[in-house]
Amino acid sequence: MNRLAFTFHGATLEALGSGALYWPAHGLLVVSDLHLGKCARLSAGGGAALPPYDARETLTRLATDLDATGATRVICLGDSFDTAEIGAVLPEDERAWITRLQAGREWTWVEGNHDPGPVGLGGTHLREARHGALHFRHIAQADAHGGGEVSGHYHPKARIALRGRTLSRPCFLVDSRRLVMPAYGAYTGGLCTRSPVLSALMDADAQAILCGPKPARLPMPRAQQPRRRAS
Amino acid sequence: MTDLPASLLDWFATRGWDLHPHQRAMLDRATAPSLLLIAPTGGGKTLAGFLPTLAELAEAPKPGLHTLYVSPLKALAADIKRNLGTPIAEANLPIRVEDRTGDTPASRKKRQRADPPHILLTTPESLALLTSYEDAHRMFAGLERVVIDEIHALAESKRGDQLMLALARLQTLAPNLRRVGLSATVDDPDRIATLLARHPDRCEILEADPGPDPDIEMLVTETPPPWSGGGAKYAIPAVLDEVKRHKTTLIFHNTRAQAEIFFHNLWLANEEALPIGIHHGSLDRAQRERVEAAMVAGELRAIVCTGSLDLGIDWGDVDLVIQVGAPKNVKRLVQRIGRANHRYNAPSKALLVPANRFEVVECVAALQAVKERDLDGDPPGPGPRDVLCQHILIAACAGPFDADMLYAEMISAGAYAGLTRARFDACLDFCATGGYALRAYDQWRRIVQRPDGLWQLRDPRASQRIRMNIGTIQDTDTLKVRMRGRGGKPLGEVEEGFAAQLSKGDTFLIGGQIVRYEGLREMVVEVSRDAAQKPKIATFMGTKFATSTQLSHRIVRMCQQEDWPELPTHTADWLKLQRDVSRLPEPGRLLIESFPHDGREQLVVYGFAGRNAQQTLGLLLTKRMEEEGQAPMGFVATDYATLIWGLDAVTDPRPLFDMERLEAGLDGWLAGNAVMKRTFRASAHIAGLLERQVGGTRKTGKQATMSSDILYDTLLKYDPDHLLMQITREEAMRGLVDFDRIREMKARVGDRIDLERLTRVTPLAAPLFLEPGRVPIRGSADERLLEEEVTRLLDESGLAQVDTAPKPRRPIPS
Repeated sequence: MNRLAFTFHGATLEALGSGALYWPAHGLLVVSDLHLGKCARLSAGGGAALPPYDARETLTRLATDLDATGATRVICLGDSFDTAEIGAVLPEDERAWITRLQAGREWTWVEGNHDPGPVGLGGTHLREARHGALHFRHIAQADAHGGGEVSGHYHPKARIALRGRTLSRPCFLVDSRRLVMPAYGAYTGGLCTRSPVLSALMDADAQAILCGPKPARLPMPRAQQPRRRAS
Repeated sequence: MTDLPASLLDWFATRGWDLHPHQRAMLDRATAPSLLLIAPTGGGKTLAGFLPTLAELAEAPKPGLHTLYVSPLKALAADIKRNLGTPIAEANLPIRVEDRTGDTPASRKKRQRADPPHILLTTPESLALLTSYEDAHRMFAGLERVVIDEIHALAESKRGDQLMLALARLQTLAPNLRRVGLSATVDDPDRIATLLARHPDRCEILEADPGPDPDIEMLVTETPPPWSGGGAKYAIPAVLDEVKRHKTTLIFHNTRAQAEIFFHNLWLANEEALPIGIHHGSLDRAQRERVEAAMVAGELRAIVCTGSLDLGIDWGDVDLVIQVGAPKNVKRLVQRIGRANHRYNAPSKALLVPANRFEVVECVAALQAVKERDLDGDPPGPGPRDVLCQHILIAACAGPFDADMLYAEMISAGAYAGLTRARFDACLDFCATGGYALRAYDQWRRIVQRPDGLWQLRDPRASQRIRMNIGTIQDTDTLKVRMRGRGGKPLGEVEEGFAAQLSKGDTFLIGGQIVRYEGLREMVVEVSRDAAQKPKIATFMGTKFATSTQLSHRIVRMCQQEDWPELPTHTADWLKLQRDVSRLPEPGRLLIESFPHDGREQLVVYGFAGRNAQQTLGLLLTKRMEEEGQAPMGFVATDYATLIWGLDAVTDPRPLFDMERLEAGLDGWLAGNAVMKRTFRASAHIAGLLERQVGGTRKTGKQATMSSDILYDTLLKYDPDHLLMQITREEAMRGLVDFDRIREMKARVGDRIDLERLTRVTPLAAPLFLEPGRVPIRGSADERLLEEEVTRLLDESGLAQVDTAPKPRRPIPS
């Protein structure tokens, strides 16, 4: 199966190859940074006419993951919509699609910097959510003394050298206190784990779990670490 | 009308100049609606183009734009300004000449629109931009002549297509506009004439005396060239000797990287400190201008350069042209040779310096072709539609337009004469709605139809962004390189992909110096000086030239000889060695070599089918290998062979060549391939789906770049018939994919496939390893390598022991 199990703050979680996080004990699927409506926003300025299929692509992925896990709870961890207004102007069939996915599930929208406030769709709207020992918020807090924080926002992406070829993939970052999720939405880009921001945020023992056909775990590639050369 | 002003004739007389017959003829035919002059380099071609303008303006000068001169190079426009300025000033003619390129300051550009000079020198991109302004009709209303220099170079590219569309526009604004094209020697003048003239008008062609045969040889050195590599380092002493023996030498290279490396080595060996410069398109403008100025002043003994000096710039006293690396294309070779001895009716002198032994064979074949005047070239297809989309947006910037009139205008451009209304409407629809199958929302409407039927921009502010993205030149994205520190000196540009691979401390060559990578700041590569003798990493890639089909046919024929008296001994021996350790390609058979190298399994297929077919073969074979679980990782194609590398060795090639299965997945595999994505990326930028420039600068960081690969995948999934997908397929079929030649090759060789399993690289395969343009295959090999790396890292860090989570599984062959 396209998942990798790991323990975080006492919870056994599964990283999905798509970039979703599943917590079997709670039947909870977490996805972050969907950025629905991103292309519509970028196209609105009269500039590039990007294909309006990003929402379909993202929702198709989500439907697949919900099916595969049988999740009964969903947390969208912020920046679910590219702007707060877009939730309201999302095309009818995409709104209907979201409603279908929500049916029979406990659905939570955690607010992000792109979509503060209610987004005009069903489900609970929260600044932060809590399940068991884990906290769910969009942006990691500077001091995570309590531990067990799951966040998104940074769109982490790892770049590693494999015998002379470079592989770049969205990834989860996890240390003993924090878990930072990759962006789930189509067309969302990423921030390299070597960036000073992510290197400073994560502890020295942090690991990266790469998304892809078979999620793979390795020490987080960091800024200060000299780059490995292919041998 | 056709007489030159007396003052100009006097000026000629004081210089002892006479008009060449073709210059005279240009004056005689000054009234022709379109006229193509074919003359060898050094034949006073450009002056011939301007003579009628000078005659008309001296006779009846009136304010406003009279002649527009368009050249493919900014440097050429600057050069012409200089050369035209002298006779105009000294003959006291009341004529104002100015240039306008991307380098012209904004204040002067603005003034030029309000008060245009008599003669404006510009580039296709700057002209397209000019036609996008609301006041374009005022500026061009009185335009009499347009002179297109080096039209042979433009005729083969989208820049030329864009230029001809702009001409169609100008013709509407100035109905009496006369068109003049200036071309170097070409194999098919009629084709260029068709592009130049307003369709379906006829175009007169004037052919000047081609002049004497060039004096061209291969440089013979004491040291034999290596088996592979493009540096030609072995030839440095011999090249320096030639530089010393001549006044000014131009040393041409096929790629910027090769030019940099050669210049570096030349400089290390230059004990007499001869003044030698380097000039190529990635260098900073100030640096390029310095070299150009020094050269005009006659201060340089040699210039190491690339195609940026290819076209008819008059650099004074060049008496030798050296071409390093196989010329790849006979036509270009002949045009380059024309750079030497810029005097009409004196033979040009040129030397070919092959960089490796295979190139010795190529050079000898090219020399034979030059002697037989066998110029090569493949006819291009109809005008591409991505350029059309951009042109529609440019038209909308200039003001509301009528679709019928715009269509009529477009089909008056030769390359678009066959454009059907339906295909035009598809482009219009793309601009109007994004062209999506999904119903359109306001935000995807870039142009809207008004109640009176005219089309206009939905948001007038969009014009600025459209103008910023005008152009069809498809360099890969580049980043500027600058010395570290406040006000650090700009050095030039490197490809983004190259910059992405650099780590702090890596050294590379730029502008002839070795620099150390310090970091990336605000999308600028910051470097510091470095004293290292040897740069660790090869520099950026540069253009990849294809050997013409004619040349590769000549090479196969040579391979079939028993012995090679026409080749230097070292190269004949090298071919014999290939015959001993493996074999030489034979007619009616297909030679395949397989050997380990560089930690990978290598497979070389010598099809001699031309680059496009070899590339397609690479695509198809890697697909079959992926199906067979052989984990291919990528391939590179040349005109004679395809090199595929991967994790597993191929021991039996026959199943791979099963035609039915090769063809079965052709469409699907092609659609998902890196080559197609590359094509899509280029067309998406031209058509305006993607924007290179937003607000003048590129942003960095998360969400900054909309990856064209992801857009391509989404369109393929949800809207495979989208206009941009159609254009991508058309572009691919236009030459990228030559499947017929593969079918023909398979029919010719049948089952006569010879696989040679070897222990190491063979002589013939060696050059392939340095070939640019490698296409990665991202499939099962990625997953296997990732597993391997994860296992290694976990073992190394001891994580595997302490972790409670399940360990990564062993690699599973897929």
